[in-house]
Amino acid sequence: MNFLLEPLSIVTFSPLLGVLVLLFLKSEQKAALRWTALVTSLITFLISLWAFFFSGLYNPANGGLQLVAKYNWINVAGWDIRYYLAADGLSILLILLTTFLTPIAILSTWTAVEERVKDFMLFFLLLEVGMIGVFVAQDLFLFYIFWEFTLIPMYFLIGIWGGPNRLYAAVKFFLYTMAGSILMLLAILWLGINGGTFSVPDLVAQGNIPADTQLWLFIAFAAAFAIKVPMWPLHSWLPDAHVEAPTAGSVILAGVLLKMGTYGFLRFNLPLFPEASVQAAPVIGWLAVIGILYGAAVSFYQKDVKKLVAYSSVSHLGFVMLGMFALNAQGVAGAILQMVNHGLSTGALFLLVGMIYEQTHTRDLPVYGGLWKITPIFGTLTLIVGLSSMGLPGLNGFVGEFTILLGAFGAGMKDGVFAGAGGFWLAGLAAVGVILAAIYILYMFQKMFLGPAGEITKHHDLKDLNWREILTLLPLLVFIFWIGLYPKPFFDLMMPAIENLLMPFQAILMAAH
Amino acid sequence: MLLNEANPATGFFGLVPWIVFAPVIGLLINAFFGKRLGETGVGLVASLAAGAAFLVSVLQAVSLAQHPEGAIVKLGEWIHIGQLALDWAFRVDTLSVTMMLVVSGVGTLIHIYAIGYMREDVRFKNDPARFPRFFVFLNLFIAAMMILVSGDNYLMLFVGWEGVGLASFLLIGFWYDMDTLGRPSWANSNAAKKAFITNRVGDFGFLIAGFLMFWYLGSFQFDAVFAGAPGLAKLHPEIILLMTVFMLIGVAGKSAQIPLYVWLPDAMAGPTPVSALIHAATMVTAGVYLIARSAPIFGLLHDSQYIVATVGAVTALFAATIAVGQYDIKKVLAYSTISQLGFMVAAVGMGAYVAGMFHLVTHAFFKALLFLGAGSVILGLERGHHHAAHHHGHGSHAENHHEETFDPGDMRNMGGLRKTMPVTFWVYMVGTLALGGIFPFAGFWSKDEILLDASLHFPHVYWILSAAAFLTAFYMGRQVWMVFFGKARHEAAEHAEESPLVITIPLIILAALSALGGFINLPFKGFHQFGHWLEHTLGAIEFPPFSLAVAGVSTLLALGAIALSWLLYQRKPLEHGQADPLAKPLGLLFVGMENKWFIDEAYQFLFVQPYHALAGFLAQKVDWDFWHEWFHDSVLVQGFVGLARFLANPVDLGLIDRVSYWLSDAIRASAEGLRKLQTGFVRSYALSVVLGVAAILGYLLLK
Repeated sequence: MNFLLEPLSIVTFSPLLGVLVLLFLKSEQKAALRWTALVTSLITFLISLWAFFFSGLYNPANGGLQLVAKYNWINVAGWDIRYYLAADGLSILLILLTTFLTPIAILSTWTAVEERVKDFMLFFLLLEVGMIGVFVAQDLFLFYIFWEFTLIPMYFLIGIWGGPNRLYAAVKFFLYTMAGSILMLLAILWLGINGGTFSVPDLVAQGNIPADTQLWLFIAFAAAFAIKVPMWPLHSWLPDAHVEAPTAGSVILAGVLLKMGTYGFLRFNLPLFPEASVQAAPVIGWLAVIGILYGAAVSFYQKDVKKLVAYSSVSHLGFVMLGMFALNAQGVAGAILQMVNHGLSTGALFLLVGMIYEQTHTRDLPVYGGLWKITPIFGTLTLIVGLSSMGLPGLNGFVGEFTILLGAFGAGMKDGVFAGAGGFWLAGLAAVGVILAAIYILYMFQKMFLGPAGEITKHHDLKDLNWREILTLLPLLVFIFWIGLYPKPFFDLMMPAIENLLMPFQAILMAAH
Repeated sequence: MLLNEANPATGFFGLVPWIVFAPVIGLLINAFFGKRLGETGVGLVASLAAGAAFLVSVLQAVSLAQHPEGAIVKLGEWIHIGQLALDWAFRVDTLSVTMMLVVSGVGTLIHIYAIGYMREDVRFKNDPARFPRFFVFLNLFIAAMMILVSGDNYLMLFVGWEGVGLASFLLIGFWYDMDTLGRPSWANSNAAKKAFITNRVGDFGFLIAGFLMFWYLGSFQFDAVFAGAPGLAKLHPEIILLMTVFMLIGVAGKSAQIPLYVWLPDAMAGPTPVSALIHAATMVTAGVYLIARSAPIFGLLHDSQYIVATVGAVTALFAATIAVGQYDIKKVLAYSTISQLGFMVAAVGMGAYVAGMFHLVTHAFFKALLFLGAGSVILGLERGHHHAAHHHGHGSHAENHHEETFDPGDMRNMGGLRKTMPVTFWVYMVGTLALGGIFPFAGFWSKDEILLDASLHFPHVYWILSAAAFLTAFYMGRQVWMVFFGKARHEAAEHAEESPLVITIPLIILAALSALGGFINLPFKGFHQFGHWLEHTLGAIEFPPFSLAVAGVSTLLALGAIALSWLLYQRKPLEHGQADPLAKPLGLLFVGMENKWFIDEAYQFLFVQPYHALAGFLAQKVDWDFWHEWFHDSVLVQGFVGLARFLANPVDLGLIDRVSYWLSDAIRASAEGLRKLQTGFVRSYALSVVLGVAAILGYLLLK
């Protein structure tokens, strides 16, 4: 049982303690259920902080995997499957993002979820286990288990506590992700059998997969991840899932689950298949740019606020993919930071939408209007979050977007991965996305908060945010400003790992040109 | 040119971050405690914050007098990735301090003015609770503008650049639930949105210029960029050209040049102090500052200079023609601002950085004065309107409020105000003479320097600007005759009342500055003080000798224009309801001027509507109907159901019925589940994955 005492094991499985407590509580004890879940998730958050910053076991200056927990697990017929957890600069921010967003999401359900509170909290904590597991697993088999496992609680969160069309959305969410995963599973089995191990670092170290095989494996993994991200044109499940999911579900879906896709590219596709990554980069870059522009344009047309925010994710995640496949320091660092930023600002946007929805029970933009006068705090916070989302300098979104665009532009220079594939046009068109983002965000803000009082504003006795709601948003706002003004600590955490990650690509690009 | 980074502690340089901190503290206090402080308290806090920024700026100037080489004060690291090294660092040199002084100096005066203005404005608009918010936004603007002018790299400048855009958005849309006449409407918020989005188009240009800069010159830091630029200009002049052209797009957005000027006239929806401070004196000059700051890049290529100077000059003339055809007192000033910004852009484009910056400073004085004067006129008319309404009897007062749409900004409702508002009249006259370029007012000196430089190096710019100067004096003459002379054309003008001291005192100070501001840079040997001050930053500057010919011609043009306006608008003053005297002789030309040459309509047709249509097509047809409904629901789902049926019936029943009876059942259940979208499917799907894995494992175990 030693493996359970490893720091990352404790981080990953600590929500299960809360699950255990929940099982002993009665369904009617709603307050106790909520507090149990909240306190559990807070403890998990504190443990994750401890593990990385206060235990002395994690050195941010080291680019390699740390907090390693490595145990033999399944050893049959030459298979070598391990219980292998570790973290590095590529995953640390996402692990922290997960443990940070979960309590916030739980806090947002305080009055929004009244039915089957016990089941809801159970699923939520189980989901957290799966998400953290995805980010810490270093064994492909273990990773796959966590990856698939996250589907089940999310499926139920949407399917039980969702909107009117929840079953359709839940099934679609499940099937789309599952369909992509099948190909990944095959690729995982091929790698594991061929390489004699499922441990990712070992497989990377072997590094002897021929280029054309790499491409097939790359595609198989990409199928799973691209659907999850979602990359254009595989995004069709996203608006359904977001619109139907309960607020807390949307927050986690946008905040963390989508990042599992981008993280997958980063952790598996790039290091395992470097030649294929270079080959595929222009294709992915162009798909990303299409996603940026397409998501922004489609978002602008939406009348349903939640749908608008959902499509904006397609645009934002396009930036992440573009930066990542620029394969230079600025692009990748920006991509990782932008994953966090998107979690913060889109998470906050979903929270805000949920807060007003609780009062009005409509998300139809045209019935709002003039809200700022009645709910000044709500309006101001939405404005700040919206500005963060559209990349206003001084807030977090800008730091991510700018570095991504800078990286993408650099990749169009002569030794870059986008050279000869449209080069500067990629970055130039992506930068147009910055204009389009302003258009849909301001459109949303105007239709809700500015202009003369709309139907809802006139006829409802709307209340401004209460203390619990402000408290829910406050941590997100702190980071929106912090990352915008002083992102150094965040970049410092990831840079050594990014340098390691990019090492092989310089040689490949040199050889290619 | 080299700055003293080693010792920022010299003099008062270390205090420079407070130009940003002070207004930020002010805005935080008012944001959190504004309601409790009361109107005077809020106004005081905000004005003190702006005043503190001014004080710090003055201290910077004092230190610069001792150490003209300036300093870089580093506050902290911002973004460091690989060779990308961006810091929060303040640059104190004669150029940045000039901007600091203008922004915080004029800014403080306008804060004080706004205490009086907004006290009345919120009551006319029936929403006194909104008072504190105005000063929060105003302080936000000062903070952002200070970041813009003091940043030591292009990205920090960009933080301020977009920050002032945000403040501008918030202030244009301050009365976000109404139009300029106070009726419930989307108009003001539309104007705000338009400003932000148009500026974002410009910011796109800025960003691209930045990318080119970084990847070809390796830095965003001013000194590093300037050091590398000449080498790049030899190797790849086309990159320098691209960089300057994209930067010019940014300038066109922020400084309202062709083709992105369209947001500025609409921005007049903001309260008048906003128009004065942001949309005349300071924010819109950011583009001029950017080019002056980037002098070492723009000066490298004649082509860059030619393009910038021409854009500026054409804008100057084009906007002036529109100003002639406007009836709204603030709209005339708005187009005048675009036109004057054109003068400045042309100047810095030609490489006449001192002349451009000089005009920036004097323009800040007299245009702020004119806008604030216009605000005083508007308030005076509002007071007169209320007064008149009261005298018509109390019963009809409330109805009057709703039915009549009295426009206090329409010059056709004015006339004869020099008697009822004498202080406003006199200061407005000073502003007019300064803007018109009449000796010895401030605008004369600065405009003359631009014209002089143009006449020497860019003759086509000289001719265009001279025409614009003629129109400038003309539309200002037209305005003054219409507003202050003749007889009142509306009872509101008849009963107009002069503004209180809190409004007139800032006006008087600005009038003094507008009258005397030109003396900071007299064009004679031994003077040129402002030029020498900027030399510390811009390097050695040649001062062309004062030309009596250029000055004489421009003075004659201005006087002629005023005389012409007198002939048209004063000899026979405009009557109530009478058409503009220019309408007949100019015919279609005047229709174009009146309607702003239909540029807004053209943009609507060329950009706005197509984007709406495209977004609708992508969202509705492509994403929803085709991809979501047809591809997913029909092709994928139905296809799978069909396949499952096929497998379940002919294949399964006929072929492998017994062997895999359980399997077909599972698939059929899955298919049914998928079609009805029920949960049953998931279970069986999960089961099939588990079974599949088990089968593979089993095979491997037994092989």
